Amino acid sequence: MKLNPSLYLRPATPFLLALALGTFAAEEKLDITKDATHLIPVALSGYTGEAASVLRFDLEVAGFKIVGPGEAQFIVTGKNNGQVEGRVTDRINKATIMEAKAYANGSQRLQAHWLADDIVFALTGKPGIAKTKIAFKGEVGKHSEIFIADYDGHNAVAVTRDSTIVAAPCWVPGRRILYYTSYKSGYPDIYSHDLSSGERRVFSRYPGLNTSAAVSPDGKRVAMILSKNGSPDLYVCNADGSHLAQLTKTREDESSPCWSPDGTRICLAARVNERRALYLVPASGGPMTRLRTEGVLNPTEPDWSPDGKTIVFTSQMGSFNICTVPASGGVAQPLKEGEDPTWAPNSRTVIFTRRLKDKRILSLLDVPTKQVKDVIQNSGSCSQPSWAK
Amino acid sequence: MKSVNFFSLLVVVLALTVGVAGCKKTPKGVTSIPGLPSTVPGADQTGGPVKPPGPDQSGKLPEDSGVKPANVTPEGTIPLSARPDGMFPDREVFKQQTVYFDFDRSAVKPGEKAKIEAVAAHLKNETANKVEIEGHCDERGTEEYNRALGERRALAVREYLVNLGIAADRISTVSFGEDKAAVEGHDEAAWAKNRRGEFVLLKPKP
Repeated sequence: MKLNPSLYLRPATPFLLALALGTFAAEEKLDITKDATHLIPVALSGYTGEAASVLRFDLEVAGFKIVGPGEAQFIVTGKNNGQVEGRVTDRINKATIMEAKAYANGSQRLQAHWLADDIVFALTGKPGIAKTKIAFKGEVGKHSEIFIADYDGHNAVAVTRDSTIVAAPCWVPGRRILYYTSYKSGYPDIYSHDLSSGERRVFSRYPGLNTSAAVSPDGKRVAMILSKNGSPDLYVCNADGSHLAQLTKTREDESSPCWSPDGTRICLAARVNERRALYLVPASGGPMTRLRTEGVLNPTEPDWSPDGKTIVFTSQMGSFNICTVPASGGVAQPLKEGEDPTWAPNSRTVIFTRRLKDKRILSLLDVPTKQVKDVIQNSGSCSQPSWAK
Repeated sequence: MKSVNFFSLLVVVLALTVGVAGCKKTPKGVTSIPGLPSTVPGADQTGGPVKPPGPDQSGKLPEDSGVKPANVTPEGTIPLSARPDGMFPDREVFKQQTVYFDFDRSAVKPGEKAKIEAVAAHLKNETANKVEIEGHCDERGTEEYNRALGERRALAVREYLVNLGIAADRISTVSFGEDKAAVEGHDEAAWAKNRRGEFVLLKPKP
Protein backbone atom coordinates (compact mmCIF):
# COMPACT_ATOMS: atom_id res chain seq x y z
CA MET A 1 0.00 0.00 0.00
CA LYS A 2 1.32 3.38 -0.96
CA LEU A 3 0.91 6.30 1.34
CA ASN A 4 1.78 9.90 1.32
CA PRO A 5 3.19 10.39 4.78
CA SER A 6 2.52 14.10 4.73
CA LEU A 7 -1.15 13.42 5.25
CA TYR A 8 -0.48 11.65 8.48
CA LEU A 9 2.16 13.84 9.96
CA ARG A 10 1.32 16.52 12.38
CA PRO A 11 1.93 19.97 10.98
CA ALA A 12 4.68 20.67 13.50
CA THR A 13 7.12 18.38 11.68
CA PRO A 14 7.27 19.61 8.09
CA PHE A 15 11.00 20.07 8.12
CA LEU A 16 11.63 16.54 9.26
CA LEU A 17 9.18 15.32 6.69
CA ALA A 18 10.79 17.19 3.84
CA LEU A 19 14.09 15.50 4.62
CA ALA A 20 12.49 12.10 5.03
CA LEU A 21 10.42 12.04 1.88
CA GLY A 22 13.36 11.93 -0.51
CA THR A 23 12.76 9.62 -3.43
CA PHE A 24 9.31 8.51 -2.32
CA ALA A 25 7.61 11.79 -3.07
CA ALA A 26 7.02 11.33 -6.79
CA GLU A 27 5.32 7.93 -6.83
CA GLU A 28 3.37 8.43 -3.62
CA LYS A 29 1.62 11.49 -4.99
CA LEU A 30 -0.54 9.18 -7.07
CA ASP A 31 -2.63 7.93 -4.16
CA ILE A 32 -3.42 11.20 -2.48
CA THR A 33 -7.09 11.25 -3.45
CA LYS A 34 -7.63 7.73 -2.16
CA ASP A 35 -5.82 8.15 1.11
CA ALA A 36 -8.77 9.19 3.25
CA THR A 37 -10.56 5.96 2.45
CA HIS A 38 -7.54 3.72 3.05
CA LEU A 39 -6.68 2.09 6.34
CA ILE A 40 -3.24 3.18 7.53
CA PRO A 41 -1.04 0.18 8.42
CA VAL A 42 0.44 0.41 11.92
CA ALA A 43 2.39 -2.15 13.97
CA LEU A 44 2.25 -2.38 17.76
CA SER A 45 5.45 -3.55 19.44
CA GLY A 46 5.92 -4.36 23.12
CA TYR A 47 2.33 -4.31 24.41
CA THR A 48 0.44 -7.08 26.17
CA GLY A 49 -3.00 -7.79 27.58
CA GLU A 50 -5.46 -4.97 28.10
CA ALA A 51 -3.11 -2.22 26.96
CA ALA A 52 -2.55 -4.07 23.67
CA SER A 53 -6.26 -4.64 23.08
CA VAL A 54 -7.18 -1.04 23.95
CA LEU A 55 -4.52 0.35 21.60
CA ARG A 56 -5.61 -1.98 18.82
CA PHE A 57 -9.31 -1.10 19.26
CA ASP A 58 -8.73 2.66 19.51
CA LEU A 59 -6.45 2.76 16.46
CA GLU A 60 -8.77 0.57 14.37
CA VAL A 61 -11.72 2.84 15.19
CA ALA A 62 -9.55 5.80 14.10
CA GLY A 63 -8.97 4.33 10.62
CA PHE A 64 -5.79 2.33 11.17
CA LYS A 65 -5.05 -1.31 10.38
CA ILE A 66 -2.92 -3.27 12.83
CA VAL A 67 -0.33 -5.26 10.85
CA GLY A 68 3.00 -6.98 11.36
CA PRO A 69 6.14 -4.81 11.57
CA GLY A 70 7.16 -5.74 8.02
CA GLU A 71 3.99 -4.31 6.47
CA ALA A 72 3.58 -1.24 8.65
CA GLN A 73 4.02 2.36 7.61
CA PHE A 74 4.22 3.40 11.25
CA ILE A 75 5.44 1.49 14.29
CA VAL A 76 4.29 2.15 17.83
CA THR A 77 6.92 0.92 20.24
CA GLY A 78 6.51 0.85 24.00
CA LYS A 79 5.56 -1.22 27.01
CA ASN A 80 2.91 -1.56 29.64
CA ASN A 81 4.62 -3.23 32.59
CA GLY A 82 4.09 -0.49 35.13
CA GLN A 83 3.00 2.62 33.32
CA VAL A 84 2.01 2.63 29.67
CA GLU A 85 4.64 4.13 27.38
CA GLY A 86 4.94 4.58 23.65
CA ARG A 87 6.62 6.32 20.76
CA VAL A 88 5.86 6.37 17.03
CA THR A 89 8.28 5.98 14.15
CA ASP A 90 7.76 6.02 10.39
CA ARG A 91 9.26 2.72 9.27
CA ILE A 92 9.40 3.61 5.60
CA ASN A 93 10.83 7.10 5.96
CA LYS A 94 12.95 6.31 9.03
CA ALA A 95 11.58 9.26 10.95
CA THR A 96 10.41 9.77 14.50
CA ILE A 97 6.79 10.90 14.44
CA MET A 98 6.18 11.03 18.17
CA GLU A 99 8.83 11.08 20.87
CA ALA A 100 8.39 8.68 23.76
CA LYS A 101 5.54 9.42 26.13
CA ALA A 102 4.46 7.79 29.36
CA TYR A 103 1.32 7.99 31.46
CA ALA A 104 0.90 7.84 35.20
CA ASN A 105 -2.20 7.34 37.40
CA GLY A 106 -5.48 5.91 36.22
CA SER A 107 -6.00 2.36 35.07
CA GLN A 108 -3.85 0.76 32.41
CA ARG A 109 -6.95 0.90 30.19
CA LEU A 110 -7.17 4.69 30.64
CA GLN A 111 -3.43 5.15 30.11
CA ALA A 112 -3.70 3.19 26.85
CA HIS A 113 -6.61 5.44 25.72
CA TRP A 114 -4.42 8.48 26.40
CA LEU A 115 -1.57 7.01 24.40
CA ALA A 116 -3.96 6.13 21.55
CA ASP A 117 -5.23 9.70 21.39
CA ASP A 118 -1.66 11.02 21.34
CA ILE A 119 -0.78 8.61 18.52
CA VAL A 120 -3.85 9.65 16.51
CA PHE A 121 -2.96 13.31 17.00
CA ALA A 122 0.66 12.72 16.01
CA LEU A 123 -0.33 10.86 12.83
CA THR A 124 -3.38 12.84 11.72
CA GLY A 125 -3.07 16.23 13.39
CA LYS A 126 -6.59 15.79 14.79
CA PRO A 127 -7.65 15.06 18.38
CA GLY A 128 -8.56 11.45 19.12
CA ILE A 129 -11.83 10.29 20.66
CA ALA A 130 -10.57 7.47 22.90
CA LYS A 131 -11.36 9.36 26.12
CA THR A 132 -14.91 10.40 25.21
CA LYS A 133 -18.20 9.18 26.69
CA ILE A 134 -21.47 7.93 25.26
CA ALA A 135 -25.00 7.54 26.60
CA PHE A 136 -27.47 4.96 25.34
CA LYS A 137 -30.68 3.07 26.02
CA GLY A 138 -30.00 -0.38 27.45
CA GLU A 139 -32.47 -3.15 28.12
CA VAL A 140 -32.52 -4.58 31.63
CA GLY A 141 -34.93 -7.49 31.69
CA LYS A 142 -38.29 -6.24 30.47
CA HIS A 143 -37.39 -2.62 31.06
CA SER A 144 -34.84 -0.20 29.70
CA GLU A 145 -32.59 2.28 31.46
CA ILE A 146 -30.29 5.09 30.37
CA PHE A 147 -26.60 4.18 30.61
CA ILE A 148 -23.40 6.11 30.21
CA ALA A 149 -20.11 4.44 29.28
CA ASP A 150 -16.70 5.00 27.76
CA TYR A 151 -16.97 5.36 23.97
CA ASP A 152 -15.92 1.70 23.58
CA GLY A 153 -18.72 0.49 25.91
CA HIS A 154 -16.50 -0.17 28.92
CA ASN A 155 -17.36 1.14 32.39
CA ALA A 156 -21.09 1.28 31.66
CA VAL A 157 -23.19 2.69 34.51
CA ALA A 158 -26.98 2.98 34.64
CA VAL A 159 -28.06 6.54 35.42
CA THR A 160 -31.77 5.70 35.76
CA ARG A 161 -33.50 3.13 37.94
CA ASP A 162 -37.00 3.81 36.67
CA SER A 163 -37.95 0.18 35.86
CA THR A 164 -39.94 1.37 32.89
CA ILE A 165 -39.23 2.40 29.29
CA VAL A 166 -36.66 5.09 28.62
CA ALA A 167 -35.53 6.55 25.31
CA ALA A 168 -33.56 9.10 23.35
CA PRO A 169 -30.72 10.27 25.63
CA CYS A 170 -29.01 13.52 24.60
CA TRP A 171 -25.98 15.22 26.17
CA VAL A 172 -25.82 18.91 26.89
CA PRO A 173 -22.71 20.03 24.98
CA GLY A 174 -19.70 20.25 27.28
CA ARG A 175 -21.67 19.36 30.42
CA ARG A 176 -22.35 16.22 32.45
CA ILE A 177 -26.08 16.69 31.94
CA LEU A 178 -28.39 14.37 30.02
CA TYR A 179 -31.87 14.89 28.64
CA TYR A 180 -33.91 11.77 27.98
CA THR A 181 -37.42 10.38 27.78
CA SER A 182 -38.82 8.21 30.58
CA TYR A 183 -42.25 6.64 31.00
CA LYS A 184 -41.89 6.80 34.79
CA SER A 185 -45.19 8.69 35.09
CA GLY A 186 -46.88 6.20 32.77
CA TYR A 187 -46.45 8.62 29.88
CA PRO A 188 -43.42 9.69 27.85
CA ASP A 189 -41.97 12.77 29.55
CA ILE A 190 -38.62 14.48 29.01
CA TYR A 191 -36.29 14.73 32.02
CA SER A 192 -33.06 16.62 32.49
CA HIS A 193 -30.55 14.86 34.74
CA ASP A 194 -27.39 16.49 36.09
CA LEU A 195 -24.97 13.59 36.48
CA SER A 196 -22.65 15.56 38.75
CA SER A 197 -25.22 16.53 41.38
CA GLY A 198 -27.70 13.71 40.75
CA GLU A 199 -30.49 16.26 40.44
CA ARG A 200 -33.23 15.29 38.03
CA ARG A 201 -36.08 17.48 36.83
CA VAL A 202 -39.16 16.92 34.73
CA PHE A 203 -38.37 19.07 31.72
CA SER A 204 -41.44 18.52 29.56
CA ARG A 205 -44.69 16.89 30.67
CA TYR A 206 -47.39 18.03 28.32
CA PRO A 207 -50.38 15.85 27.40
CA GLY A 208 -49.44 13.17 24.87
CA LEU A 209 -45.93 12.61 23.56
CA ASN A 210 -42.81 14.35 24.89
CA THR A 211 -39.64 12.92 23.36
CA SER A 212 -36.48 13.32 21.24
CA ALA A 213 -34.93 16.19 23.20
CA ALA A 214 -32.00 17.81 21.38
CA VAL A 215 -29.99 20.51 23.16
CA SER A 216 -28.66 23.37 21.05
CA PRO A 217 -24.87 23.69 20.64
CA ASP A 218 -24.79 26.65 23.06
CA GLY A 219 -26.84 24.69 25.60
CA LYS A 220 -29.45 27.44 25.81
CA ARG A 221 -32.36 25.89 23.89
CA VAL A 222 -33.97 22.49 23.55
CA ALA A 223 -35.72 21.09 20.47
CA MET A 224 -38.18 18.23 21.00
CA ILE A 225 -41.20 16.42 19.65
CA LEU A 226 -44.54 17.12 21.41
CA SER A 227 -48.04 16.04 20.39
CA LYS A 228 -50.00 18.34 22.71
CA ASN A 229 -51.58 20.16 19.80
CA GLY A 230 -52.95 16.94 18.32
CA SER A 231 -50.05 15.79 16.14
CA PRO A 232 -46.36 15.06 16.78
CA ASP A 233 -44.65 18.35 15.90
CA LEU A 234 -41.32 20.09 16.46
CA TYR A 235 -41.11 22.52 19.36
CA VAL A 236 -38.27 24.62 20.76
CA CYS A 237 -38.01 26.20 24.19
CA ASN A 238 -35.34 27.70 26.42
CA ALA A 239 -33.23 25.44 28.63
CA ASP A 240 -35.41 26.41 31.61
CA GLY A 241 -38.56 25.29 29.76
CA SER A 242 -39.79 28.82 29.04
CA HIS A 243 -40.74 30.38 25.69
CA LEU A 244 -42.14 27.23 24.10
CA ALA A 245 -42.63 27.69 20.34
CA GLN A 246 -44.19 25.27 17.85
CA LEU A 247 -41.96 25.18 14.75
CA THR A 248 -43.85 22.68 12.58
CA LYS A 249 -47.58 22.34 12.10
CA THR A 250 -48.41 19.23 10.13
CA ARG A 251 -50.99 16.50 10.56
CA GLU A 252 -48.25 13.90 10.05
CA ASP A 253 -45.47 12.90 12.41
CA GLU A 254 -42.17 14.68 12.84
CA SER A 255 -39.26 12.99 14.64
CA SER A 256 -35.59 13.14 15.67
CA PRO A 257 -34.59 16.82 15.53
CA CYS A 258 -30.91 17.83 15.58
CA TRP A 259 -29.21 21.24 15.52
CA SER A 260 -26.83 22.77 13.02
CA PRO A 261 -23.53 23.52 14.81
CA ASP A 262 -24.17 27.27 14.53
CA GLY A 263 -27.55 26.84 16.20
CA THR A 264 -29.51 28.56 13.44
CA ARG A 265 -31.28 25.54 11.93
CA ILE A 266 -32.86 22.28 12.97
CA CYS A 267 -32.88 19.17 10.79
CA LEU A 268 -35.55 16.54 11.38
CA ALA A 269 -37.46 13.69 9.79
CA ALA A 270 -40.96 14.47 8.57
CA ARG A 271 -43.61 13.27 6.20
CA VAL A 272 -45.13 15.87 3.92
CA ASN A 273 -47.65 14.95 1.23
CA GLU A 274 -47.08 11.25 1.89
CA ARG A 275 -43.35 11.63 1.31
CA ARG A 276 -40.89 10.89 4.09
CA ALA A 277 -37.84 13.14 3.91
CA LEU A 278 -35.39 15.18 5.94
CA TYR A 279 -36.34 18.81 6.41
CA LEU A 280 -34.61 21.93 7.65
CA VAL A 281 -36.41 24.47 9.82
CA PRO A 282 -34.99 27.82 11.02
CA ALA A 283 -34.54 27.55 14.79
CA SER A 284 -36.29 30.90 15.19
CA GLY A 285 -39.26 29.68 13.15
CA GLY A 286 -40.09 29.68 9.45
CA PRO A 287 -40.98 27.38 6.59
CA MET A 288 -39.70 23.79 6.31
CA THR A 289 -37.39 23.16 3.37
CA ARG A 290 -36.57 19.67 2.16
CA LEU A 291 -32.98 18.43 2.39
CA ARG A 292 -32.22 16.44 -0.75
CA THR A 293 -30.99 12.90 -0.06
CA GLU A 294 -30.78 11.56 -3.60
CA GLY A 295 -30.54 7.82 -4.11
CA VAL A 296 -32.09 6.64 -0.85
CA LEU A 297 -35.61 6.40 0.59
CA ASN A 298 -37.35 7.01 3.91
CA PRO A 299 -34.64 8.97 5.72
CA THR A 300 -34.94 9.41 9.50
CA GLU A 301 -32.69 10.15 12.51
CA PRO A 302 -30.44 12.91 11.11
CA ASP A 303 -27.38 14.05 13.07
CA TRP A 304 -25.33 17.08 12.01
CA SER A 305 -21.53 16.76 12.18
CA PRO A 306 -19.84 19.16 14.62
CA ASP A 307 -17.83 20.66 11.72
CA GLY A 308 -21.12 21.49 10.00
CA LYS A 309 -20.31 19.73 6.74
CA THR A 310 -22.18 16.43 6.79
CA ILE A 311 -25.48 15.03 7.99
CA VAL A 312 -25.55 11.34 8.87
CA PHE A 313 -28.94 9.60 8.94
CA THR A 314 -30.78 6.30 8.60
CA SER A 315 -32.43 5.30 5.34
CA GLN A 316 -34.97 2.51 5.15
CA MET A 317 -35.13 0.48 1.98
CA GLY A 318 -35.88 -3.02 3.17
CA SER A 319 -33.17 -2.86 5.79
CA PHE A 320 -31.81 0.18 7.59
CA ASN A 321 -28.66 1.84 6.31
CA ILE A 322 -26.36 4.47 7.76
CA CYS A 323 -25.96 7.20 5.11
CA THR A 324 -24.23 10.54 4.84
CA VAL A 325 -25.21 13.56 2.77
CA PRO A 326 -23.63 17.02 2.49
CA ALA A 327 -25.39 19.42 4.87
CA SER A 328 -26.46 21.43 1.82
CA GLY A 329 -28.20 18.33 0.42
CA GLY A 330 -27.30 16.18 -2.57
CA VAL A 331 -26.41 12.59 -3.33
CA ALA A 332 -26.66 10.37 -0.26
CA GLN A 333 -23.89 7.87 0.40
CA PRO A 334 -24.99 4.58 2.03
CA LEU A 335 -22.19 3.31 4.30
CA LYS A 336 -23.24 0.29 6.39
CA GLU A 337 -26.36 -1.51 7.51
CA GLY A 338 -27.57 0.02 10.78
CA GLU A 339 -29.61 2.82 12.33
CA ASP A 340 -29.63 5.84 14.66
CA PRO A 341 -26.15 7.23 13.93
CA THR A 342 -24.53 9.93 16.06
CA TRP A 343 -21.32 11.81 15.29
CA ALA A 344 -18.27 11.79 17.52
CA PRO A 345 -16.67 15.15 18.39
CA ASN A 346 -14.12 14.53 15.60
CA SER A 347 -16.78 14.71 12.80
CA ARG A 348 -15.28 11.49 11.44
CA THR A 349 -16.44 8.61 13.64
CA VAL A 350 -20.10 7.63 14.06
CA ILE A 351 -21.71 5.37 16.66
CA PHE A 352 -24.86 3.55 15.59
CA THR A 353 -27.19 0.64 16.38
CA ARG A 354 -26.92 -2.71 14.64
CA ARG A 355 -29.65 -5.35 14.74
CA LEU A 356 -28.49 -8.89 15.29
CA LYS A 357 -30.89 -11.82 15.30
CA ASP A 358 -32.46 -11.19 18.68
CA LYS A 359 -30.53 -8.23 20.01
CA ARG A 360 -29.42 -4.73 19.15
CA ILE A 361 -25.83 -3.69 19.68
CA LEU A 362 -23.81 -0.50 19.35
CA SER A 363 -21.04 -0.24 16.78
CA LEU A 364 -18.49 2.38 15.78
CA LEU A 365 -18.04 3.38 12.16
CA ASP A 366 -15.02 5.21 10.76
CA VAL A 367 -16.83 7.07 7.98
CA PRO A 368 -13.94 7.58 5.46
CA THR A 369 -12.72 3.96 5.61
CA LYS A 370 -16.12 2.36 6.50
CA GLN A 371 -14.32 0.27 9.13
CA VAL A 372 -16.78 -1.00 11.78
CA LYS A 373 -15.91 -2.07 15.33
CA ASP A 374 -18.54 -3.39 17.76
CA VAL A 375 -18.69 -1.75 21.16
CA ILE A 376 -18.40 -4.04 24.22
CA GLN A 377 -21.97 -5.09 24.88
CA ASN A 378 -24.22 -5.30 27.88
CA SER A 379 -26.30 -8.45 28.21
CA GLY A 380 -29.46 -6.79 26.92
CA SER A 381 -30.13 -4.84 23.74
CA CYS A 382 -28.49 -1.44 23.42
CA SER A 383 -29.68 1.35 21.13
CA GLN A 384 -30.10 5.11 20.65
CA PRO A 385 -26.49 6.14 21.35
CA SER A 386 -25.59 9.77 22.01
CA TRP A 387 -22.01 10.98 21.98
CA ALA A 388 -20.82 13.48 24.59
CA LYS A 389 -19.36 16.47 22.78
CA MET B 1 -17.58 23.27 17.37
CA LYS B 2 -15.44 23.07 20.44
CA SER B 3 -15.48 19.61 21.94
CA VAL B 4 -15.00 19.10 25.65
CA ASN B 5 -14.46 15.79 27.36
CA PHE B 6 -15.03 15.16 31.00
CA PHE B 7 -11.43 14.98 31.90
CA SER B 8 -10.81 18.48 30.76
CA LEU B 9 -13.59 19.68 33.02
CA LEU B 10 -12.00 18.12 36.05
CA VAL B 11 -8.32 18.65 35.67
CA VAL B 12 -5.45 20.52 34.24
CA VAL B 13 -3.54 18.26 31.92
CA LEU B 14 0.16 18.40 32.57
CA ALA B 15 2.18 19.46 29.62
CA LEU B 16 4.49 16.80 28.34
CA THR B 17 8.19 17.30 28.31
CA VAL B 18 9.56 15.97 25.09
CA GLY B 19 12.56 13.75 25.47
CA VAL B 20 15.77 14.76 23.84
CA ALA B 21 17.06 12.99 20.76
CA GLY B 22 19.12 9.92 21.48
CA CYS B 23 17.13 9.16 24.60
CA LYS B 24 13.93 8.01 22.95
CA LYS B 25 13.31 4.85 24.87
CA THR B 26 13.20 6.49 28.26
CA PRO B 27 10.40 9.02 28.54
CA LYS B 28 11.47 12.18 30.29
CA GLY B 29 7.96 13.46 30.80
CA VAL B 30 4.99 11.71 32.26
CA THR B 31 1.38 12.64 31.61
CA SER B 32 -0.52 12.34 34.86
CA ILE B 33 -4.03 11.02 34.28
CA PRO B 34 -6.58 12.30 36.75
CA GLY B 35 -9.07 10.03 38.47
CA LEU B 36 -12.79 10.02 37.78
CA PRO B 37 -15.58 9.32 40.23
CA SER B 38 -16.39 5.65 39.84
CA THR B 39 -20.10 6.11 40.31
CA VAL B 40 -22.56 8.57 38.89
CA PRO B 41 -24.27 10.66 41.54
CA GLY B 42 -27.96 9.95 41.44
CA ALA B 43 -27.54 6.59 39.76
CA ASP B 44 -28.27 4.67 42.93
CA GLN B 45 -31.30 6.70 43.86
CA THR B 46 -34.66 5.52 42.72
CA GLY B 47 -34.95 7.64 39.66
CA GLY B 48 -33.09 10.47 41.35
CA PRO B 49 -34.81 13.41 42.97
CA VAL B 50 -37.62 14.64 40.81
CA LYS B 51 -38.65 18.24 41.09
CA PRO B 52 -42.13 19.37 40.23
CA PRO B 53 -42.67 20.02 36.56
CA GLY B 54 -41.83 23.42 35.21
CA PRO B 55 -44.20 25.44 33.10
CA ASP B 56 -47.61 24.05 32.30
CA GLN B 57 -47.78 22.03 35.51
CA SER B 58 -51.38 21.06 35.07
CA GLY B 59 -50.83 20.17 31.45
CA LYS B 60 -54.06 22.02 30.79
CA LEU B 61 -54.50 24.10 27.72
CA PRO B 62 -56.40 27.37 27.95
CA GLU B 63 -59.24 26.04 25.84
CA ASP B 64 -59.55 22.82 27.82
CA SER B 65 -62.73 23.36 29.81
CA GLY B 66 -65.39 20.74 30.05
CA VAL B 67 -67.46 19.07 27.36
CA LYS B 68 -67.87 21.08 24.21
CA PRO B 69 -67.20 20.67 20.53
CA ALA B 70 -63.53 19.95 19.96
CA ASN B 71 -61.20 22.80 19.15
CA VAL B 72 -59.63 22.11 15.82
CA THR B 73 -56.38 23.73 14.74
CA PRO B 74 -56.01 25.17 11.23
CA GLU B 75 -54.15 21.97 10.38
CA GLY B 76 -57.19 19.92 11.38
CA THR B 77 -55.69 18.47 14.57
CA ILE B 78 -57.50 18.39 17.90
CA PRO B 79 -55.35 19.59 20.82
CA LEU B 80 -54.93 17.16 23.70
CA SER B 81 -56.46 17.75 27.10
CA ALA B 82 -54.83 17.16 30.47
CA ARG B 83 -53.78 13.59 31.17
CA PRO B 84 -56.38 11.67 33.19
CA ASP B 85 -55.70 11.65 36.90
CA GLY B 86 -56.97 9.33 39.61
CA MET B 87 -58.88 6.99 37.29
CA PHE B 88 -58.98 3.22 37.48
CA PRO B 89 -57.64 1.48 34.33
CA ASP B 90 -59.42 -1.57 32.95
CA ARG B 91 -57.49 -3.26 30.15
CA GLU B 92 -59.96 -6.14 29.65
CA VAL B 93 -63.17 -4.42 28.57
CA PHE B 94 -61.98 -3.36 25.11
CA LYS B 95 -59.59 -6.22 24.44
CA GLN B 96 -61.49 -7.26 21.32
CA GLN B 97 -61.51 -3.69 20.05
CA THR B 98 -57.76 -3.39 19.38
CA VAL B 99 -57.38 -1.52 16.08
CA TYR B 100 -54.77 -2.74 13.58
CA PHE B 101 -52.91 -0.62 11.03
CA ASP B 102 -51.16 -1.08 7.71
CA PHE B 103 -47.36 -0.88 7.61
CA ASP B 104 -46.09 2.67 8.13
CA ARG B 105 -49.65 4.05 8.11
CA SER B 106 -51.74 5.80 10.72
CA ALA B 107 -55.06 5.93 8.82
CA VAL B 108 -57.89 3.91 10.36
CA LYS B 109 -58.79 1.13 7.92
CA PRO B 110 -62.50 0.79 7.00
CA GLY B 111 -62.58 -2.75 8.41
CA GLU B 112 -61.41 -1.49 11.82
CA LYS B 113 -64.00 1.26 12.27
CA ALA B 114 -66.65 -0.95 13.88
CA LYS B 115 -64.29 -1.55 16.82
CA ILE B 116 -63.98 2.18 17.46
CA GLU B 117 -67.74 2.57 17.11
CA ALA B 118 -68.21 -0.06 19.83
CA VAL B 119 -65.95 1.94 22.15
CA ALA B 120 -67.87 5.11 21.29
CA ALA B 121 -71.17 3.38 22.13
CA HIS B 122 -69.83 2.41 25.56
CA LEU B 123 -68.60 5.93 26.28
CA LYS B 124 -71.95 7.43 25.27
CA ASN B 125 -73.70 5.22 27.83
CA GLU B 126 -71.11 5.55 30.61
CA THR B 127 -70.57 9.27 30.70
CA ALA B 128 -68.24 9.23 33.71
CA ASN B 129 -65.80 6.90 31.97
CA LYS B 130 -62.87 7.94 29.83
CA VAL B 131 -60.59 6.04 27.49
CA GLU B 132 -56.88 5.97 26.81
CA ILE B 133 -55.51 4.86 23.45
CA GLU B 134 -52.09 3.23 23.33
CA GLY B 135 -50.34 3.50 19.97
CA HIS B 136 -47.86 0.79 18.98
CA CYS B 137 -45.66 -0.04 15.99
CA ASP B 138 -43.88 -3.03 14.53
CA GLU B 139 -40.08 -3.15 14.65
CA ARG B 140 -39.63 -2.07 11.03
CA GLY B 141 -39.12 1.58 11.75
CA THR B 142 -36.44 3.49 13.58
CA GLU B 143 -37.16 3.93 17.28
CA GLU B 144 -38.03 7.62 17.56
CA TYR B 145 -39.81 7.54 14.20
CA ASN B 146 -41.96 4.75 15.61
CA ARG B 147 -42.60 6.68 18.81
CA ALA B 148 -44.04 9.51 16.71
CA LEU B 149 -45.92 7.09 14.41
CA GLY B 150 -47.45 5.29 17.41
CA GLU B 151 -48.72 8.62 18.72
CA ARG B 152 -50.07 9.49 15.30
CA ARG B 153 -51.99 6.18 15.26
CA ALA B 154 -53.46 6.80 18.71
CA LEU B 155 -54.43 10.31 17.61
CA ALA B 156 -56.09 8.96 14.44
CA VAL B 157 -58.27 6.68 16.56
CA ARG B 158 -59.00 9.59 18.88
CA GLU B 159 -60.08 11.77 15.97
CA TYR B 160 -62.47 9.04 14.83
CA LEU B 161 -63.98 8.86 18.33
CA VAL B 162 -64.37 12.65 18.40
CA ASN B 163 -66.11 12.51 15.02
CA LEU B 164 -68.51 9.98 16.55
CA GLY B 165 -69.43 12.57 19.17
CA ILE B 166 -67.15 11.69 22.07
CA ALA B 167 -65.72 14.74 23.85
CA ALA B 168 -62.02 15.17 23.08
CA ASP B 169 -61.18 15.70 26.75
CA ARG B 170 -62.35 12.14 27.57
CA ILE B 171 -59.69 10.63 25.31
CA SER B 172 -55.97 10.52 26.13
CA THR B 173 -53.14 9.03 24.12
CA VAL B 174 -49.82 7.37 24.86
CA SER B 175 -47.33 6.05 22.31
CA PHE B 176 -44.99 3.17 23.08
CA GLY B 177 -43.49 3.06 19.60
CA GLU B 178 -41.99 -0.41 19.12
CA ASP B 179 -41.16 -0.85 22.83
CA LYS B 180 -44.17 -3.04 23.78
CA ALA B 181 -44.62 -5.70 21.16
CA ALA B 182 -47.82 -7.74 21.53
CA VAL B 183 -46.20 -10.65 19.73
CA GLU B 184 -42.52 -11.57 19.61
CA GLY B 185 -41.19 -12.49 16.21
CA HIS B 186 -39.65 -11.00 13.11
CA ASP B 187 -42.19 -11.87 10.39
CA GLU B 188 -45.30 -10.29 8.91
CA ALA B 189 -47.60 -12.34 11.17
CA ALA B 190 -45.96 -10.80 14.25
CA TRP B 191 -45.62 -7.34 12.73
CA ALA B 192 -49.31 -7.21 11.77
CA LYS B 193 -50.29 -7.90 15.41
CA ASN B 194 -47.90 -5.23 16.69
CA ARG B 195 -49.13 -2.33 14.52
CA ARG B 196 -52.04 -1.47 16.76
CA GLY B 197 -54.04 0.88 18.92
CA GLU B 198 -55.22 -0.58 22.23
CA PHE B 199 -58.07 0.87 24.29
CA VAL B 200 -57.78 1.15 28.07
CA LEU B 201 -61.07 2.01 29.79
CA LEU B 202 -60.65 4.54 32.58
CA LYS B 203 -63.29 4.45 35.34
CA PRO B 204 -63.70 6.93 38.17
CA LYS B 205 -62.48 5.50 41.44
CA PRO B 206 -65.39 4.57 43.67
